[in-house]
Amino acid sequence: MATRTSTQNVTTTVAQNAGQTRPTSLVVERTGPLALVEDAGRFGCRHLGVTQGGALDWISLGWANWLLGNAPDAAGIEIAIGGLALKAEQTIRLAIAGADLGATRDGEPLDANVSFTLEQGQVLAFDQPRAGLRAYLALPGGIDAEPFMGSLSTVAREQLGGLDGRGGGLQIGDRLSAAGHAAEIRDMPSVPPMPRDEAVLELVTGAQIAHFEGASLFAAFNQAWQVDSRADRMGVRLTGPELRCQLGGMISEGIPLGAVQVPPDGQPIILLNDRQTIGGYPRLGALSPIACAQLGQCAPGTTIRLSPVTPHQARTRYLRQLALWR
Amino acid sequence: MSQSLSPRLETVGMDALMVRLFDAIDEAHMPWILAADSALRERLGEALIDLVPSYTTLLVHYDVALLSQIEARKLIQDALQGLKPASNEAGREHRIPVWYDDSVGPELSRIAERLGVDTDDVVRRHTGRDYCAFALGFAPGYAFMGLVEEALGTPRLKTPRQRVPAGSVGIAERQTAIYPMRSPGGWNILGRTAIKLFDRERDEISLFRPGDRVRFEPISREAFIEQGGDTTPLEER
Repeated sequence: MATRTSTQNVTTTVAQNAGQTRPTSLVVERTGPLALVEDAGRFGCRHLGVTQGGALDWISLGWANWLLGNAPDAAGIEIAIGGLALKAEQTIRLAIAGADLGATRDGEPLDANVSFTLEQGQVLAFDQPRAGLRAYLALPGGIDAEPFMGSLSTVAREQLGGLDGRGGGLQIGDRLSAAGHAAEIRDMPSVPPMPRDEAVLELVTGAQIAHFEGASLFAAFNQAWQVDSRADRMGVRLTGPELRCQLGGMISEGIPLGAVQVPPDGQPIILLNDRQTIGGYPRLGALSPIACAQLGQCAPGTTIRLSPVTPHQARTRYLRQLALWR
Repeated sequence: MSQSLSPRLETVGMDALMVRLFDAIDEAHMPWILAADSALRERLGEALIDLVPSYTTLLVHYDVALLSQIEARKLIQDALQGLKPASNEAGREHRIPVWYDDSVGPELSRIAERLGVDTDDVVRRHTGRDYCAFALGFAPGYAFMGLVEEALGTPRLKTPRQRVPAGSVGIAERQTAIYPMRSPGGWNILGRTAIKLFDRERDEISLFRPGDRVRFEPISREAFIEQGGDTTPLEER
């Protein structure tokens, strides 16, 4: 995994305009397949059956926020596949990061990872994926809406979060208000590209790995997997060699983010942010948080290779990523 | 039941460990799970992000900015040292009024038929004991409870329903549950309650927590309506 450096960042502090109190906002003019308010997720409530939610590619949400000087976990918009168009009601500073969805400002192409000003009346539009699947849009200070259990994250299945508080995606006519003002204007450092045809995902191996047959384990980490079309915010199916495990159905237990569970058909399902909180299939382990973010950008058909890592290795990389935003 | 435990601690991810206490479902295990729950919450403090107790396990999700996995293991082991089961009063008690009727619970008469008894007898059996909330999952506020008496145990529907209405009370194998919101589902439905299980306007957002004890009480259609219940029949599709 390539490391990111922040040494070449150019940071400019924007003079805060004390007189500017009117919230700046965007109006949804066109929707695509799915555009959701997401932050880092909802925590401290999984024992009540409430899932974590949050941006699938939390790294790209973090960068979009960083470009405006926001906290990395401030709420933004997760734009899956494209299609969304937003018009500025007032001039507003915005940032996008993550997938290249062919974003334009009044028809002029924008970079995939950039901070920019949308003048009053201008339209920010997303077309379709050129690299990656999900782009993240940050507003100054985040998005102004009522959090539920500490988070704005939208979970459709639970009817929780989002602008309406009921788990709905963005609709035509919705108004997105910034929660604050841009603290800074920054340029994007160089970051690893979006996965295109192939991705190597780090998997923290779990204790249940001992129950898988040796040949299955060899296959799991040495053969290629394909991202199936059955993929959403709950989980992503992989197709490839059939994995065999001596554990049958288990008593349901808590499921961590990125859990690679193997149902009886031997084809893994990687459980992501909107997963159910408990489940009863054996697991190879769990993808690292960085690998979960990468998987959120992998289109169906992408070739996946799983690379085993220890919790310590995964943690070191995770903390290094967080340190880039300090 | 032994009075000491030998918990197993398993790596399940970068920032998560599974505490495995038992190997089988048993209501007698819940006082131990609850005791482990409070000990872990206390010991991990602000390093704890989420703690998910289930039938035989507790999933500990901790903050890797504060703890390495080695440190987390040590804290968890310390917390579980000399653990004593929680008292029987540890979980809260709930009485849940249910309108048992074929229109809102189509499997009521199917189960009665299978057992060769009348539907009142099925209701008597279902309301005849306290159930323990083993775990919450599937949906916010959805508690997996049990165990129903052996004869009532019924496999899940072969084809799950697309829409099970909120408040539907069901059985799957020897477990029983209430659907907090309308959702797809494959449980055998016996009746419906007007009680809200998950209510964001309430202080206690989820009525149930793991380890709570629940008793169902049969009520009439009139009482159900009075409590604000929706009598719309369960759609068969």
